[in-house]
Amino acid sequence: MSSTEVIIHDEKDNVGVVVIEKITPNQDCNCWIMENDKSAKIQSISEIPLGHKIAMTDLKEGDTILKYGHDIGKVVKNIKKGEHVHVHNVKTKKW
Amino acid sequence: MEIPKSFLGYKRENGRAGTRNHVIILPVDDISNACAEAVANNIKGTIALPHSYGRLQFGADLELHFRTMIGTGKNPNVAAVIVIGIEPKWTKRIVDAIAKTGKPVEGFSIEGVGDIDTIAKVSKKAQELSMWASEKQREECPMSDLWISVKCGESDTTSGLASNPTVGNLMDKLEPLGVHLCFGETSELTGAENVCAKRGKTPEAQKKFMKTWSDYNDFILKEATDDLSESQPTAGNIAGGLTTIEEKAFGNFQKIGSRQFIDVLEPAEEPTKGKGLYFMDTSSAAAECVTLQAAGGFNIHLFPTGQGNIIGNPIEPVIKLTANPLTAKTMSEHIDVDVSKILSRQMNLDRAGDELIKSTIRVANGRLTCAEALGHKEFVMTKLYRSA
Repeated sequence: MSSTEVIIHDEKDNVGVVVIEKITPNQDCNCWIMENDKSAKIQSISEIPLGHKIAMTDLKEGDTILKYGHDIGKVVKNIKKGEHVHVHNVKTKKW
Repeated sequence: MEIPKSFLGYKRENGRAGTRNHVIILPVDDISNACAEAVANNIKGTIALPHSYGRLQFGADLELHFRTMIGTGKNPNVAAVIVIGIEPKWTKRIVDAIAKTGKPVEGFSIEGVGDIDTIAKVSKKAQELSMWASEKQREECPMSDLWISVKCGESDTTSGLASNPTVGNLMDKLEPLGVHLCFGETSELTGAENVCAKRGKTPEAQKKFMKTWSDYNDFILKEATDDLSESQPTAGNIAGGLTTIEEKAFGNFQKIGSRQFIDVLEPAEEPTKGKGLYFMDTSSAAAECVTLQAAGGFNIHLFPTGQGNIIGNPIEPVIKLTANPLTAKTMSEHIDVDVSKILSRQMNLDRAGDELIKSTIRVANGRLTCAEALGHKEFVMTKLYRSA
């Protein structure tokens, strides 16, 4: 089995989670989709530490972030595929 | 793995079984802490459970205080109890309720006596109870005598990926053996509330869950002065990659595996509908939540952490697991079970669940948890509002 740098919970998700200490810009990452045991690839733009999220697709302001196949918040600043997704570009819809 | 059918526990007078054999000195109120701690210092084999409240409380908040005190005393991990309060009336109410379990319990009040004479009197009784309890032996108990509560803390995305699903895997394997299970953290299911409600076994349980969640959420919205960033998620959660409460909620929810809950419990309420999974209305702060679950009668706790929460409880052993490889390395003295190999795909959930079951049984049999060895005894009462 090749190394896995990113794990995605559900096929519908538009973000994945970095599971190595960090990924660096322009790194080609192997992704594992837990739900169906499939693979995907993503090239990073940002440096992203362990546990933080990477965008699997381009996302526009107002878009919904899907993780676990569910809505986990809204995009508040455009995000490019491969970019770091966190509190600087995503907010809760709840509080 | 074939799941063991029994563990070695302490059989109690009311038919329950404990994983521990504590003699506790329980202060009714804040001002009785000094006395309780002096007695526990005098008499080996006893522990005092100091806390901050118990005076001038009223209404639902007072009822919760009593429920927590009484439930703590009734917990099967407790062999015997001494209750000390400033006044006799509330002290007696707690003593009488604990006495229904059949375990030795005695109450003392300080007013009109003073600390020093009370300490002398209580110490004599505490010595007798400690020596009595020390002769109790562990016996074989069926797995159904385990009442397992769960709560996660200092979570990060590795919690939702691996350590919480490991707990879920354990629940899926142990529920058929007739164990009682409990999850809580009402506020931390925000965003996943509709998905969680659907796990209610009956329409009543589903409705009760939604009402409980809505009430808590309304309270938060009323009191909030900002978007709760750094409270929910916490700064630690955010450092670990969790961005929103919704993301945290879906990770949290992985702890119940594919189970359904049969009822919704009030904070510190003892379940009465038989074996299976219960939801308890609790805060998401670790020590508050575990204190309430222990008062509900749960005798062993599973605590997945991402960034490294270090909580323990005086009467309910708290087993910690993490899937974060950095936490497993930098905070190893706090981690009972390391499941970080799930992230590198060198371990699957099935095996991780088995490892957690093995550790749970070892701790049920008497092995100290990291938190016990390090002396963590966080006993934190949940207070609903200001006292009168």
